[in-house]
Amino acid sequence: MSRLFTFLLAMLCFELALAAGGHGPAMQPVKIDLSDKLSLQRGAQVFVNYCVSCHSASFMRYNRIAADLDLSEESVQTNLMFTTDKIGDAMEVAMRPSDAESWFGAPPPDLSVVARSRGPDWLYNFLITFYVDENKPTGVNNLFFKDTAMPHVLWELQGLQRAVYHTEAADDGNETTTIERLELAQRGSLTENEYKRLVRDLVGFLVYVGEPAKLVRHRLGFWVIVFLLVFLVAAYLMKREYWKDVH
Amino acid sequence: MNAVVKQLTGLRDWVDDRFPLVKLWNEHMGQYYAPKNFNFWYYFGVLSIVVLALQIVTGIWLTMNYKPDAELAFASVEYIMRDVEWGWLIRYMHSTGASAFFIVVYLHMFRALLYGSYKKPRELIWILGMFTYLALMAEAFLGYLLPWGQMSFWGAQVIISLFGAIPFVGDTLSLWIRGDFVVSDVTLNRFFSLHVIAMPLAIVGLVFLHIIALHEVGSNNPDGVEIKKKKGPDGVPLDGIPFHPYYSVKDTVGVIVFLILFAAVVFFAPEFGGWFLEANNFIPANPLVTPEHIVPLWYFTPFYAILRAVPDKLIGVLLMGAATMIFFLLPWLDRSPVKSIRYRGPLFKTALWLFVISFIALGYLGTQTPTPQMTWMARGFSAIYFGFFLLMPFYSKIDKTKPVPDRVTDK
Amino acid sequence: MSDNAVDVDRRRFLTGTTAVIGGIGAAIAAVPFIASFQPSAKAKAIGAPVEVDIGKLEPGQRITQKWRGQPVWIVRRTSEMVDTLKNFDGGLLRDPSSNESVQPEYAANAWRSTKEEYLILVGLCTHLGCSPSFVPEPGAVDETWVGGFFCPCHGSKFDLAGRAYSGYPAPTNMTVPPYRFASDTRVVIGEDEGDAS
Repeated sequence: MSRLFTFLLAMLCFELALAAGGHGPAMQPVKIDLSDKLSLQRGAQVFVNYCVSCHSASFMRYNRIAADLDLSEESVQTNLMFTTDKIGDAMEVAMRPSDAESWFGAPPPDLSVVARSRGPDWLYNFLITFYVDENKPTGVNNLFFKDTAMPHVLWELQGLQRAVYHTEAADDGNETTTIERLELAQRGSLTENEYKRLVRDLVGFLVYVGEPAKLVRHRLGFWVIVFLLVFLVAAYLMKREYWKDVH
Repeated sequence: MNAVVKQLTGLRDWVDDRFPLVKLWNEHMGQYYAPKNFNFWYYFGVLSIVVLALQIVTGIWLTMNYKPDAELAFASVEYIMRDVEWGWLIRYMHSTGASAFFIVVYLHMFRALLYGSYKKPRELIWILGMFTYLALMAEAFLGYLLPWGQMSFWGAQVIISLFGAIPFVGDTLSLWIRGDFVVSDVTLNRFFSLHVIAMPLAIVGLVFLHIIALHEVGSNNPDGVEIKKKKGPDGVPLDGIPFHPYYSVKDTVGVIVFLILFAAVVFFAPEFGGWFLEANNFIPANPLVTPEHIVPLWYFTPFYAILRAVPDKLIGVLLMGAATMIFFLLPWLDRSPVKSIRYRGPLFKTALWLFVISFIALGYLGTQTPTPQMTWMARGFSAIYFGFFLLMPFYSKIDKTKPVPDRVTDK
Repeated sequence: MSDNAVDVDRRRFLTGTTAVIGGIGAAIAAVPFIASFQPSAKAKAIGAPVEVDIGKLEPGQRITQKWRGQPVWIVRRTSEMVDTLKNFDGGLLRDPSSNESVQPEYAANAWRSTKEEYLILVGLCTHLGCSPSFVPEPGAVDETWVGGFFCPCHGSKFDLAGRAYSGYPAPTNMTVPPYRFASDTRVVIGEDEGDAS
């Protein structure tokens, strides 16, 4: 029995380790704390100020944000919403999709579940690794989303970064140039740490938007399992009592 | 109290005069004698039924809010996840249940391999079980299209294209299955119908037959001893105990343990690291862009690896089909005089472990982007996979078996 | 199997305990499934209060507004209609002072509204939910008809305050939804007088 469980556990770890694999430039992991409601509130404000003009979150309703992030509906209405929206409306964009297509080449994607398809780490790294690239129509490129059509919307906060290249000669004499790191070329209104905190707040909000139930499911799951353990004890005692008959 | 008992007894007698209630209860529960030595592996049958019930109930509830329309499907799933009260829980139970179903069914099948439960006189139980397994694979495949994400779409596209490999009729057949030139709204709508009505009916019916056949022959056990051969003066097998209450209480414990693990996944890791819910499936289906890395869900990957290991499309498809169908022949491939692994010789034990390793290895390889090395590994493991079955008539016959006791050995 | 050592009481107790816990568990597990039948967030958003411009509504006219998917009527009564209501013989009505009927407190009067001029009703018959016709002309249904609402499904009759006539199937007066006047010409249906926005 115990050998079997060890085997199953080993299998599980093996599988989880597989799921964690990946490649590409090294990502900085981001720690998201959904119990930090203030962070989520700040993230909501950033999202509304900088993202909603182009991106929708059309599965997310404003009144749900109010209820989940401990905000009053009035404050959501005044701080996060267009005056024409109703509190029960979803986060739609002001821009017409056809305009968006002509400006960016493709309509900016809906961000309701982007944290679930891309993952928080990717979002965080995407938002902190824009760098100046004169060859792009937007003037910027990105380390984790090469040739993205998205301009660096937060540049006034972060400032502009420049890529520092590193050239390496391979054995066959061919030289390859890679980006070694990014450095700040023009300061923004926030320091690096302030900017990273802001992006973390924003990503945290997107994680919440991706799955609002996440706020309750861990706590609920804890109590469900506690209940089942009590049930297990009772059922096990019952089973042992009956099986006294079996010799 | 006594008056109530009397009333209930009266009601039971009234029904019993018109319907074989007590008879059915006795035949399948109260006087169904199961071997007393069931071990850990014998939980997975009842767990399969528990998961089946869970999938049916949660499925009915999801159907109340899901929209089988290419324009609306993706949004309706998110609607369930957010706007419907408790919708997220019902959806996670269903998505976790799908994977849980395959876990318990694979372990249930492995039990049959361990203790020779497919051997005479239980061939028909095995065949009905295999049909259930095939129906379950179809059910899972059909259901996976419904969220209408990128993996749903491209998974269906690839699997349906497999039918295109069949000579002469292939293209016509895949067109017929899709009902359109690509996977589309039409396909989604018919998959929905098959997923929520046709396949569940088939599965429930097959499970019913599986159990009827089991209760006719009687359960096998870890010793592979036929308990009906040694009966007491009252006609009750000496090593048998009534299913109820002994196994009903024991299975209750097993079911609760299962539910704890199930709840742990539902509440704490419903995506299970991308194995139960894939990240790419949170992007709406786009017929113009294929995701970079497309794999079927984990329960299909062993067969997918066999498919990819073969450089020829038709032969690959045939071998993949053969990999599932060959299980049907198991009762006749196994020539050993004993059932249980406990009394088998080293040849069969080695073969079984090699088979398990190759099944898991193929499952792993099926999830990876193929490299030439991996393809060769997949070929090797495929050879072991088929070798387990095709060589079985020889190695199971010449294997040195141990003598089987008359009675079951442990409690 | 030996029967001699069985502790029947203990066995019965443990079986009972397990059954009770299992029963509680089943009841708790049923809650999400039952609760999911409640109106979803989307249904609630669609059923949110609606603001209606009544500036162009002439005396004697009615407009229909959808609220929570139901027809809501706004009738601007003429002064003759109001007088008729006030002098009405209560004996002809089932519930003349609206004791049995559904309306906000501020509409529990003879004319069933805050402002005598404006009647606001959920336009569904309290019998089986058909939508009655608006028949303001006296004598249009029968010779005693003083104007009101007539349900084509089962013949229920209501006066111009939505009060049900006795002798017809409708058991109570028509329902008045919560509403408040945002201004002289704008009314918000679905919000009470006390709710500010």
